[in-house]
Amino acid sequence: MPGRRRIPRDPREKADRLIGNILLAIAFSAVSILLLLTLFIFKEGLPIFSKIGLKGFLLGLKWAPGKGVFGILPMIAGSVYVTGGALIMGVPLGLACALFLSEIAPLRLSRVMKPAIELLAAIPSVVYGFIGLVVLVPLIRSVLGGPGFSVLASSVVLAIMILPTIISISYDAMKAVPVSFREGSLALGASKWQTMIGVLLPAARSGIVAGVILGMGRAVGETMAVIMVAGNATTVPLTPLDPVRTLTSNIALEMGYAAGDHRTALFATGVVLFIIIMILNVLATRITRSRIRASFPKPHRVSSETASATGSAEGGERR
Amino acid sequence: MTSAPWEDGSDGREERGGRERDRQGRSHGSRRGGGLPRGGDSLAERSAIGLLWAAAISAVAVLGFIVVYVLWHGLPQLTPEFLLQSPSAMGREGGILPTIIGTVAVTAVGLIIAIPLGVGTAIYLTEYTRSEAVTAIIRFGAECLAGIPSIIFGLFGFLFFVIYLKMGWSLLSGGLTLAAMVLPTIIRTTEEAIKAVPLSHREVSLSLGATRWQTVTRAVLPTAMPGIITGVMLSIGRAVGETAAVIFTAGSSLRLPTSIFSPVRTMSVHFYILAREGISMPRAYGTAAVLVLLILAINFAAYWAMNRFVARRT
Repeated sequence: MPGRRRIPRDPREKADRLIGNILLAIAFSAVSILLLLTLFIFKEGLPIFSKIGLKGFLLGLKWAPGKGVFGILPMIAGSVYVTGGALIMGVPLGLACALFLSEIAPLRLSRVMKPAIELLAAIPSVVYGFIGLVVLVPLIRSVLGGPGFSVLASSVVLAIMILPTIISISYDAMKAVPVSFREGSLALGASKWQTMIGVLLPAARSGIVAGVILGMGRAVGETMAVIMVAGNATTVPLTPLDPVRTLTSNIALEMGYAAGDHRTALFATGVVLFIIIMILNVLATRITRSRIRASFPKPHRVSSETASATGSAEGGERR
Repeated sequence: MTSAPWEDGSDGREERGGRERDRQGRSHGSRRGGGLPRGGDSLAERSAIGLLWAAAISAVAVLGFIVVYVLWHGLPQLTPEFLLQSPSAMGREGGILPTIIGTVAVTAVGLIIAIPLGVGTAIYLTEYTRSEAVTAIIRFGAECLAGIPSIIFGLFGFLFFVIYLKMGWSLLSGGLTLAAMVLPTIIRTTEEAIKAVPLSHREVSLSLGATRWQTVTRAVLPTAMPGIITGVMLSIGRAVGETAAVIFTAGSSLRLPTSIFSPVRTMSVHFYILAREGISMPRAYGTAAVLVLLILAINFAAYWAMNRFVARRT
């Protein structure tokens, strides 16, 4: 650490310590927001559990706020289906893009493509929802039948929205794999493809898993895009062409006019969502933390080349 | 990343090999791989690699499609009246001026609050931190906050700012909620920018008798500035495009805001309402075009700042 103790009783030193304490207070802002957020949402949502029971709320098949019936199983199922669908489409596509950018693309091309893909993350979610509404929903309706507003439409929109997350985190993980791994594989006579599938993907596995989990978190938490294409029926969808309502859209759709128990039930929906997201977050952080140690055993030969590879691994870690 | 001389040598050898193959006409095409050499792949493997090309191109094509589609339908709507008039009949007629002002105001309030907090946190984490445990707690908080979906921020902002602190649906509530939302982005990007400042900058400053704070403000922050600006630009982009967190905290009033306690409607919220309630498709396209153009401009500015940062570092 720079700035070891110097001569004491310097007035500037005192001021510096004061600034340090102010900065410490500021640094706790993120933690305090997280605590406040948890506190307020739980305080507002938990009463519904004592009223209709945890089981009745989580496993109830019927959502009829007018009659005081609050069961969110259809929404939990909806979130699971829609997220699952998004992962089925988004993960292979995302991994393919990451492999392409890290191993195949000429440098000049990847320099243009990477920012372009990151720009996908910057497009507002309402715009995705809107494009889904005016392009995808009519397309599904005319080609596959059904109302168009469906699990399928939501999954496709979400698959595109989680692409940037999956691509950039898997890309970093692939770039963090030491060059010597590739060279070893190629030297043993493996082809480029065999090296990518047999050596690179396994070595980058935990980083890829972390990316997928974060993408999953994004898909579960997405609201506006899903509302516009999902159809929002409060029944458990039976086919991919059925309309669906997710946990997030349940909150956003009814928050505007809800009161009393209805409002509490919506906050309780938020509590369920919050818990799911926190589990995913902690999982992803754990996996990212243990990544380098787990994936790359200590190299036997310490050369400048392995040192540079470790450097880039840390670079990937920091993101 | 610094590449070792050994690595460079190998790259050079490869390149020569590639050119040689080209001359002998055995290699197809002249495109060259980034990390791995070509040659020896079977037809199946080459087509698999072709699929990777297709995947990457389709991802970029989706982006192109979205941007072109929105601008194609939206740009014809962009008249001076559309940009400079207030809406009437719920947005069916007139322009979007109050929503543009609302967007700018809410984003500005959010960033005025988030920048000092985020940059302060990053300075603490990189330059002042003493105990590992405190740092770990702060990092954990920031990481968790980064993963929380915007609808949860909306719920929290509604409960805490709008109701508990009695700010009502207002610019201030919306701004504070956005500040909470973009705080992790600002912390992370600032931290990375500060970490990238060479240690020698600090050593020279401290050896000249500067205090730690003087070192931070005069030696470290100026060098890290382009990186910090990139983070701020990305946060602005996120705040401008946000809907779920803002709709429950800033309200959806179409009047021009007069104070920090006035309710406002942002462009994203306006666009969402127009499109979802089917009020006016042409007006929705127009709003979307303004939104997308703004987001593109902000992101290009962010990349520009980042490239300057990288250029200055090397």
